[in-house]
Amino acid sequence: MSTDTPRIRRADPINRPQVRNPFQALRSTSKWIFLGIGLIAALIPFIWMISGSFRSEADLFGSPSSLFPTSVTLHGYIGIWQQLPFLRLVLNSFVFAGVTTAATLLFDSMCAYVLSRMHFRGRTIAFWLVLVTLMVPFQVTLIPVFIELFHFGWLNTYQGLIIPRATSAFGIFLFRQFFMSIPAELDEAARIDGASHWRIYWQVILPLAKPAIATVAILNFMNLWNDLLWPLVVTTSPDMLTLPAGLTLFGGQHITDHAVLLAGATISLLPIAIGFFFAQKYFVAGVATTGLK
Amino acid sequence: MVPSFAILGTFVLYPIVQSFVYSFQNVTIGGDSTWIGLQNYITLFKDQQFWNALGITLEFTIASVLVLIVVGFILALLLQGESLANRIVRSVFFFPTIVSLVTIGLVWKFLLDPSIGFVGGIFDLVGLPPVAWLTSTSLALPTVIFVNIWKNLGFAMILLLAGLKGVPQERYEAAELDGAKRGQLIRYVTIPGIRPTMLFATLILTIQSLQVFDLVFVMTDGGPIFTTDTLVNLLYRDAFVNYQTGYASAISFVLFLIIVIVSALQLRFFRYNDVD
Repeated sequence: MSTDTPRIRRADPINRPQVRNPFQALRSTSKWIFLGIGLIAALIPFIWMISGSFRSEADLFGSPSSLFPTSVTLHGYIGIWQQLPFLRLVLNSFVFAGVTTAATLLFDSMCAYVLSRMHFRGRTIAFWLVLVTLMVPFQVTLIPVFIELFHFGWLNTYQGLIIPRATSAFGIFLFRQFFMSIPAELDEAARIDGASHWRIYWQVILPLAKPAIATVAILNFMNLWNDLLWPLVVTTSPDMLTLPAGLTLFGGQHITDHAVLLAGATISLLPIAIGFFFAQKYFVAGVATTGLK
Repeated sequence: MVPSFAILGTFVLYPIVQSFVYSFQNVTIGGDSTWIGLQNYITLFKDQQFWNALGITLEFTIASVLVLIVVGFILALLLQGESLANRIVRSVFFFPTIVSLVTIGLVWKFLLDPSIGFVGGIFDLVGLPPVAWLTSTSLALPTVIFVNIWKNLGFAMILLLAGLKGVPQERYEAAELDGAKRGQLIRYVTIPGIRPTMLFATLILTIQSLQVFDLVFVMTDGGPIFTTDTLVNLLYRDAFVNYQTGYASAISFVLFLIIVIVSALQLRFFRYNDVD
């Protein structure tokens, strides 16, 4: 595992060789004692979550000071399929996060291509409008969008969940910054060879923009997968809820067995954890450069 | 560009204007809306619930951001080396950043549960009395703040680490040649060097904290007796439970205004324009 940074915009500071500065003298035993306590505090909730999902209620109540099960039971993982429309929740989460991310990648990169490569009146205003949408908090638009979706009859539908989120100002911004760093000579050469804008976008710019694509894809998928407020507002029927909304709503009402909810929490964490394990540098770089998560 | 602008226009730009209009109306979803001028805002400023939520949101934000910046900076200093151990420890601290607040809220709620939670179990083991972390009016807010800090510490660390590594090595070398001591290096090289990143991290963390919703919704739902009721929780309840749509729009604009003011103050405080 490494925290290297792929190149986003210019050379990234994280990738520079080892910096030697006055703080490095702080390396000592006390540092590792301090960090050790921090590590325990960081890890215990996850260990307890996973172990708790394999424990019986009697075991949880009987020995709360134990971090591990006295006997392993799978009833949490069996119960979650019986007590919740769990397959549906997982499916909804994948459709919502997956389709929205795919659409965002396409729309944002096309929009960014136009903003960085074509010259037309109002280009600057268009870019400023993107920046405005980036700055206004999501809660301001939530209520009017809810009412719009109500009038479209899109509440409790996939299009209602997906389409309003199918482009993101942050993605447009990130792609535009990245495209600006690609030398214009490349597409001029392609244009002399007779390539259209569409071909330049698809065959010249996009293949060079893989790090930006990975960053936008990962951050978007993670945000959508983890989001609570939006699915909670747009969907009310149990058939359309996503995992976080389902776990929150059902967790409050129907389920009294802790292992079942812990099993749900563990499963909902899996895709993101697996992604993190294999593509950690994109997570870290994306978060560090954009401040979004 | 057309699809993007169609979506941004329909679902972001137009709603911003619409939301502003709603905040002056008595809105009935699917029915007629009546213009009531400043009435929503007047009611809002007389509303005990609003002042309560505003106070709690500010308390939550100030406490979270202060601890996150200070401890996050210490972690970034300790872990800036590129040894394998440092990189692994950084990954562990960063991991909660990518986990959903629902999962984290749920797990911490159970961890702190007096009868099944590990925390209670350990307290019992060392002979301490059980503590009602989330059901006590005095402890619920500090507990939620703690969990928020726990989740975002690695995030703050990574942001600040990028700033620390962005300070050019040559500045340290030049200062050393001029005979600067360690304290002076920190004072005159490190701190000015990371100021833009400090600002960036503080702004991002503040804006995020002001918008807190998920964690509170999952852990306490604003309780007990509204002691953890934040602005967005209030907004959610008024808009989607009580259907006071115009009133909730007014809350959203007050939230927006607070975010703008706080951001402007921070930009001033850090004298962002002086740097570079």
